[in-house]
Amino acid sequence: MQALALVHLAVALLAAPLLLSVINKTKAFFGGRQGPPWLQPYRELTKLLHKGVARSRSTSWVFVAGPIVSVAATALALCLVPLGVVPALVAFPGDFVLLAYLLGLARFFTVSAALDTGSAFEGMGASREVQLSALAEPGLLLAFVVLAVATQALSLTGLFARLGTDGGPALVLVFVALLVIFLSENSRIPVDDPNTHLELTMIHEVMILDHSGPDLALIHYAAALKMWLLGTLLIGVPLSPWVSDGFASLLLGVLAMFALAVLVGVIESSTARLRLTRLPQWLLAAFVLTAVALFVVMG
Amino acid sequence: MWTEFALMLLVLANLRLLGGSRLLACISTAAFQGVVLGLLPLTVASWPLDPRIVLLSLLSLLIKGWGLPVLLRKALRETSVNREIQPIVSLNLSLLFGLAVLALSGWLGSRLPLPTSASALGAPVAFFTLFTGLFLVVARRQALTQVLGYLVLENGIFLFGVLFAHSTPWIVEVGVLLDLLVGVFVMGITLFHINRAFDAIDSDRLAQLHDLAVQRPSPTEPTE
Amino acid sequence: MILALLLSPLIVAALVFVLPWPRLRRAMLPLSASIHFLLTLSCHLRSPAAALQGMLALDELGLLFLSTTSTIYLIVSVYTVGFLAREPAGKRRDALSRGVFSNAPETIFIACLSLFLSAMTLVTVSQNFGILWVGIESTTLATAPLIYFHRHNRSLEATWKYLLICSVGIAIALLGTLFLSVAGQLSAHPELGMDLSALLSAAQSMDSAWLRGAFLLMLVGYGTKMGLAPVHSWLPDAHSEAPSAVSALLSGALLNCAFLGILRMQQVLEAAGMGSFGRELLLVFGLLSMLFGALFLIGQSDFKRLLAYSSVEHMGILAVGVGVGDAGVSGALFHMVVHSLAKSLLFLVAGNTLAAYGTRALAEVRGVFAHRPGTGALWLVGLFAIVGSPPFGPFISELVVLRAALSSGQWLVAILFLGALSLAFIGMSGAVLRMVQGSGPAPRLTTPEPWSSLAPPMLLAGLVLLLGVWLPAPLTTLLHDAARALGGGAF
Repeated sequence: MQALALVHLAVALLAAPLLLSVINKTKAFFGGRQGPPWLQPYRELTKLLHKGVARSRSTSWVFVAGPIVSVAATALALCLVPLGVVPALVAFPGDFVLLAYLLGLARFFTVSAALDTGSAFEGMGASREVQLSALAEPGLLLAFVVLAVATQALSLTGLFARLGTDGGPALVLVFVALLVIFLSENSRIPVDDPNTHLELTMIHEVMILDHSGPDLALIHYAAALKMWLLGTLLIGVPLSPWVSDGFASLLLGVLAMFALAVLVGVIESSTARLRLTRLPQWLLAAFVLTAVALFVVMG
Repeated sequence: MWTEFALMLLVLANLRLLGGSRLLACISTAAFQGVVLGLLPLTVASWPLDPRIVLLSLLSLLIKGWGLPVLLRKALRETSVNREIQPIVSLNLSLLFGLAVLALSGWLGSRLPLPTSASALGAPVAFFTLFTGLFLVVARRQALTQVLGYLVLENGIFLFGVLFAHSTPWIVEVGVLLDLLVGVFVMGITLFHINRAFDAIDSDRLAQLHDLAVQRPSPTEPTE
Repeated sequence: MILALLLSPLIVAALVFVLPWPRLRRAMLPLSASIHFLLTLSCHLRSPAAALQGMLALDELGLLFLSTTSTIYLIVSVYTVGFLAREPAGKRRDALSRGVFSNAPETIFIACLSLFLSAMTLVTVSQNFGILWVGIESTTLATAPLIYFHRHNRSLEATWKYLLICSVGIAIALLGTLFLSVAGQLSAHPELGMDLSALLSAAQSMDSAWLRGAFLLMLVGYGTKMGLAPVHSWLPDAHSEAPSAVSALLSGALLNCAFLGILRMQQVLEAAGMGSFGRELLLVFGLLSMLFGALFLIGQSDFKRLLAYSSVEHMGILAVGVGVGDAGVSGALFHMVVHSLAKSLLFLVAGNTLAAYGTRALAEVRGVFAHRPGTGALWLVGLFAIVGSPPFGPFISELVVLRAALSSGQWLVAILFLGALSLAFIGMSGAVLRMVQGSGPAPRLTTPEPWSSLAPPMLLAGLVLLLGVWLPAPLTTLLHDAARALGGGAF
């Protein structure tokens, strides 16, 4: 099983940017266009890595550390997540707290790097990012608590391995809540629009305006890894009760991951961005859903 | 399993009612709640189904899921001054309040000795629905929302009755349902009158009667 | 017999929509009331058979409430005929807000009055907690259009408050009823049902926590309808905005019906050996209502609201009487009878005053006795009756309650009881005496007082006086029997 975990990690590290191109292809399909080539994300990463770095003189070591820490923390966090019944590389009781902290660390450094530039726009993006994640994080943690209560397990691996079909209604709620959190944390519509270039409405994109070259490549790669990471948690909920074989789980899980990317593409093609003032309510809804799930599980 | 699912839908409907900002959507949510409630007796009953239970279920489905919402929608259409909910307590705060009450109901329900093993969730959800109804009556400005709150309150009591009070005679249950229908009907009629008299179904305008301010009488004409 | 009692008003309600002549329609009111009254009298002579598998039957408690309701309804219906005949048709100007309003159709008014009587009858004859609830809720629905007879903004507001507050309250009572059903299922006989007799016989083995919950919820729920403080807020508004005849029925009959709902639950508690739990709660709510009502009497500026708050105070007396226990219970039941008579009398007189002066402001009505001697005299009689001075009925009933409190050593209750009564005395008598005595501007209505508006209150005054000086033996027996069902004693 540990070998499967290594395979999963390798697939994740390699295929994560591909999720973006699936999303873009789906959106292009709905827009009646051909869309960028499949390997476009990789080409962009390569291009950026070959460029030089331009850093403002007013920035400090924080600005340099931001992309590196965020990529490192996200990759580390990836070692903690199972894909269905494929175990995580590292599993111990309470590891989901570490997961949340690693994601938090990555975010902290991204936000700090944005603030380090001293630009008003980036500060605004940082503030929005922090506000939204402050609302999304309780939902994420509560979702883990629901699963932990339902399965009586305390590590992510055990939790997904023991997830049965009898959880029924509560699992549906958790899935929906995790989907909302997934969209929000990955800066997708309806929370944030990755294609927008209007600074006033951007959240994630505005934070990385001053990054360039390899720095920017690292940030893009970290974002792709984060999408994969949250995606595994999301698809693990419907996947693990039905598939108990490790290999099948890996195969189906990766397929499901790309299906999830298609779903994101569909959502992005069919819905509009929410007004910024409505965002707290949207994330509150996710929290409420997990709370109800907890109520159902405990009752 | 199906009972649990229905109960969960009821909880979600309550939260939607607490957090919803459009009157029409809230009415639809209450109707949805009525439909779920109408179907609930079928999930609890043992097979083969007692025709009485089926009939009662159909009747409540008809009244709660169709009759009352149609009445309220009509009231809204004819009084279409403001279709946004006007909360006294803000919507987000209402939602958080709902969560707190949900926890409270869970605690309350777990402490009561219950006669049947219908569902451990039954009593908490019934109490939660009841509290949601009471909250809507108190914390919303429009008269229509107050009727909606009353309806939700009744739904909570109905849920409690379906799950736990099996000894109610048939005729009484029908009487209770009909009374509810007539009650909301009378409230609906009153709403029309309020709308005509005040040009808004805003219960804030209904605040002339109190003790301290003396109404200035005119010495010219009798009222009686 | 019981079905005849229930159905006769319903038939009238249906007939009213068919009859084309207004005078005949109005005449249907006293006619149906007389039939109802005669049927009730015959129930005294021979106790009627139970109906609907025992869900409807008349016991002593029910008979007492039924008789009071029927008597008040008969007398008020005569007054109503005159009131309707004097009401101008078409649009007119509202004296208080200067807006234009018209009356609700008379047919609806008469039909709703009849439905109201039928619903109250259902409450008194029900031997099943579910039916009891249906009856009390039906009274709410039947009376809402009555309060909105004068279709102006204020009466609409009062109707809305009444509907919403009472409906929510009664919904809570329904939850209490369901709690009672759960308590029954947890007893030694799970298939108990909701019939009073079955519940009474199995009460000993019921789950006490659910019983307590049931009583509490029913007390709050039916207490809202009864007008117990602090959940009485609909009462002053509805009583002041409804036509006076309707106010008389609300205070004289409707509040009693809600009280009966609480008493039925108290019966179950007594049978379960938990009577003291219910009595203590009744004492608290009762004393609170008395003090609250009495405080709002002082400095009141509107004479119909004055009477309404007096009703809150007297509902408090009823609750205190039952809460004191022993002879206090029969005292409370007697007080229920005499308060109904006295308060209906006062509301009818208030209606006459309002018709003559066109205002409800106490400050603008002066010298009623000089200008309208009949109305003025009746005000005085009503005042003395309601504040409990001898030789009127309430004096005796309040004395019985007080004596029961003292003899059982409940000193604090007795002191608070007396304190609230004296406050109410100050508030009521100050306001009414200022209104009746002295001289003031002449009323706008200078026509002589019509017979139909004086005779009914006079009859009520006669009855309340009669009950103060002479208690007929059958009534005493009935009171004692009813009190015994509640674990109380004779006075």
